Amino acid sequence: MSLEQSELDYLTSRLGRIPRPAELHIVAAEWSEHCSYKSSKRHLRILPTDGPLVISEKGYDSGVLDVGGGYVVTAHIESHNHPSAVEPYGGAATGVGGVIRDILSAGTRPIAILDGLRFGNPRTDPKALWLFKNAVSGIADYGNCIGIPTVGGELEFDDSYAGYAMVDVAAIGFGKRDRLVRNHAEPGDVVVLLGGPTGRDGIGGSQFASDSLETEDRSAVQIPDPFIEKLLIEAVLEARSAGAIHAMKDLGGGGLSCAVSETADALGVGITINADAVHAREGGMSVEEIMTSESQERMLVITDGVRGLQTIREICSKFGVSHSVIGVVKRDGMMRVTSGGRRAGGGEEEEEEDVAAEMPAEVVANARLLDLPRQRPAYLDGIEGVSCAPHAQGGGGAADYTDILRRLMTSPNIASRSWVYSQYDHEVGIRTVVRPGADASVLRLDNGRYLAVSMDGNPKHCYVNPRQGAIGCFEEACRNVVCTGAAPIGMLDHLQFGDPTDPGVFWTFVESVRGISDFAREMGIPCVGGKVSLYNETPSGPIKPTPVIAVLGLVSDGGSRDGGGRADDSAMQRMLARPADGDHIIVVGSTKDEMGGSEYYEYIRGVVGGRCPAVSAAESRRNSGAILDITRRAGLSHMVHDCSKGGLAAAVSEMCLGAGLGCDVDVARVPRAHDAGAAADGTAGAPAREMPDDVTLFSESHSRYVVLVPDESLQEVEDLLARSGAVHARIGRVTRGGPGGRIILRSGGDRTVADLSVDKTRGEWSGVLGGMVHGA
Amino acid sequence: MRLVKVGIVVFPGSNCDRDMHHVLRDVFGFDVQYVWHTKTVPAGTDAVVLPGGFSYGDRLRAGAIAAHSPVMSDVRRLASEGTPVLGVCNGFQILTECGILPGALLVNESLGFMCQWTDLVVENASTPFTSMLYVGQRVPIPIANGEGRYYADEDTVRDLQRGGRVVFRYADGSVNGSVGGIAGICSDDGNVVGMMPHPERAAEYETNPVDCGPARMIFESLAGYAPVQRQRQRQISHAGRVGGGEGEARP
Repeated sequence: MSLEQSELDYLTSRLGRIPRPAELHIVAAEWSEHCSYKSSKRHLRILPTDGPLVISEKGYDSGVLDVGGGYVVTAHIESHNHPSAVEPYGGAATGVGGVIRDILSAGTRPIAILDGLRFGNPRTDPKALWLFKNAVSGIADYGNCIGIPTVGGELEFDDSYAGYAMVDVAAIGFGKRDRLVRNHAEPGDVVVLLGGPTGRDGIGGSQFASDSLETEDRSAVQIPDPFIEKLLIEAVLEARSAGAIHAMKDLGGGGLSCAVSETADALGVGITINADAVHAREGGMSVEEIMTSESQERMLVITDGVRGLQTIREICSKFGVSHSVIGVVKRDGMMRVTSGGRRAGGGEEEEEEDVAAEMPAEVVANARLLDLPRQRPAYLDGIEGVSCAPHAQGGGGAADYTDILRRLMTSPNIASRSWVYSQYDHEVGIRTVVRPGADASVLRLDNGRYLAVSMDGNPKHCYVNPRQGAIGCFEEACRNVVCTGAAPIGMLDHLQFGDPTDPGVFWTFVESVRGISDFAREMGIPCVGGKVSLYNETPSGPIKPTPVIAVLGLVSDGGSRDGGGRADDSAMQRMLARPADGDHIIVVGSTKDEMGGSEYYEYIRGVVGGRCPAVSAAESRRNSGAILDITRRAGLSHMVHDCSKGGLAAAVSEMCLGAGLGCDVDVARVPRAHDAGAAADGTAGAPAREMPDDVTLFSESHSRYVVLVPDESLQEVEDLLARSGAVHARIGRVTRGGPGGRIILRSGGDRTVADLSVDKTRGEWSGVLGGMVHGA
Repeated sequence: MRLVKVGIVVFPGSNCDRDMHHVLRDVFGFDVQYVWHTKTVPAGTDAVVLPGGFSYGDRLRAGAIAAHSPVMSDVRRLASEGTPVLGVCNGFQILTECGILPGALLVNESLGFMCQWTDLVVENASTPFTSMLYVGQRVPIPIANGEGRYYADEDTVRDLQRGGRVVFRYADGSVNGSVGGIAGICSDDGNVVGMMPHPERAAEYETNPVDCGPARMIFESLAGYAPVQRQRQRQISHAGRVGGGEGEARP
């Protein structure tokens, strides 16, 4: 139990008496940082949550967006960092299960999963590969079994996660708008617990996740059972279609304590439950254990006691889903937990019951918010002033970056992720149109539209500049979605930091939230959901600030579909286009001297610091607008790829390696600017000469895209770009692949700065992750 | 709307049932019904599909528990009467577990789940599901399984090959370690086909990044075959129900 003395005093004063033992357990679970957001809530309120497509409803655990034609998309993001660091397989698997139930609780069918994974540096952290391998297995075994495709995500290794694991899972749902569960409850309605039996696993999990990881408390880790989850999904959706669900909430952190108190508080009712009525995995569990167990695959459903309950019983019996009627809705706003006596749902007589807890739900569900002190951490002093001299010059004045580019493309943070996503069923559901490995994954919806999703984080940037880094993650996720031709419609933020009672850590948190909020308002993208995970501490200190942003975008120009045959759909034509030999390579957006937190500085040069890439909203809007104009017209481009980790050199190389083609690019033609301010003016800025080649090649400036354009549409694309005002330049062409195919980067005329074999590099690039895990 | 009735059997944990339903009904116009595993297959069903997924969470062994579901006695009877039956992925595993098809599906050689696109080569173009394909034709299609490595003893494999009962092989024979690169087989009579790859994921322009033409023919074959077969059965029953013809080779 982890109630502070001041919280205990507050609880006592609100109750007007000394709390009972069970009440203390319930409140400790619900007032944990994980469940209550007590440190963060004050600051999260600045995030814009309204938008033209947003559907708000009390008690939803996921964001809901109207995507037209009577359909909605739901989205949510969660992490399971603490459990995954102790038991990566079960921790990651139950992370998937938990967020899936958030989607389900709105009455929508989960249709996709994205996962973001972060671990220590595999070269120095002996646990990193074990955690990585088992977290991937956990996600694969769970997601594959429940038949929800894992369509995207990210993977990163960084020293700051040594011995630790960051497992973020975002889930997307889809359904008919008129079938959304409209959470409501009437006095006399019954409370039913569906799904797996409650056991002694995951007890105190939310508090475990609200503290630094000092003990490896395995009993606080939940045990996954995807088969039960799958049955639960089908049973709940069938009950929803039958109109038998008045209100619904998933059981996650804090178990029943959280689900019952928050449901009662959100719906403005009281709920009385009998702990003995809960179907349990084992006998002899105490009320406290039942109330704080975080056993997985459970849903709390409120329905009427006659027809609704009968329907739910029949559906549960069909699917073999266990259930128990555990309580009843009252008018009094109280959360009451009894034990012994008759089952609470059975009728009015509640004889000989012990009342273990009896508190206003509003008190339980709303911890007193904290206003933690914050102070700019000293490490930031001068960090953006760090720079390193250009890479040593080779003969003839031009340095050779061949080996550096090869090492960068085979770094664990840039190499192909196919080893990971080939273990995930990313196609079940047959919605996946653009598969993992692209900038964003694209799912087809039943209304003829396409949904693009991307999830991005960049702790290296965020460490150097928490505000600009967070905005950058957000813009990168937007860029990725834009590359597929989709306009962003909503975002999810997941804010992961160290111990918030450290004023330095908390300052970075607040800076990140403010940055995200400012950019969201600037771009008109609502925050439809989010999560905060604090106390992410490793033995060597806090993790780097790790906000992760997921962005959803909608392609709304999907043409008519006849269910399979015709290729008359411009959105589809574009998504299925492939790079071709002879394509022109155009870079959109200006490259700035922003090397701070870049993969080149950190992985190749071993330098932490430098100027963090900064986003100019004006440039961002102009460039993404131009890209959307290009991608909306069929046939104009063969591919659009965003420029991010590893810079322009990595972006161009990735396109080539993915397609098995070569290129010939002159980086001297790349538009450059001194800083985001100059770029915002739309001027290319300072003369290019001053920028060293390594900066042009590897700077991770935002708002940049690489576009592959076939000969026949070059004129149209360049006209379009000129009209948009977006800074751009033609920098080279795609060349043939196969034996002899080469990736050639020059710096002005004939000076070759990098020259790689396509086939050889492609083999290395695609084999890195598997090789690491299998010890090759 | 083609008036061919197809039943999709749904077991607890099936998860490609909805995909199969979409393709059969929305793309190819079959008259499709779900059949819950405790129910019977409705009379007048022209073909039965056992879809992919994780029936019973793959507990014990993939397909082992579903093989004992009540509906399987219906499936067995219909299979022996010549009704086209297609088992995809977990459906194939169930068909081998209950002995309707020989052999077994073992853990992939990679020891892990594999989700990737591959090419099949057609070896038998006379089953109800392949009659509109040609022998040697390549079919781009995805696999998505953890236990997809076909295995049977030497005698069985020899019998399968001699009897023309290997329906599909992987073009890349070593993709998962299946014996002889076998990806799909059929029953003696040819009316029961089991395959690990997912034709329902390959039959639409939007979901097939290579070429959906060949995989579509798997469903078109059934569309063309089932009415013919129904008529034939009607004639048989008029003639006073001629014997099952066990072991008889289909022309």
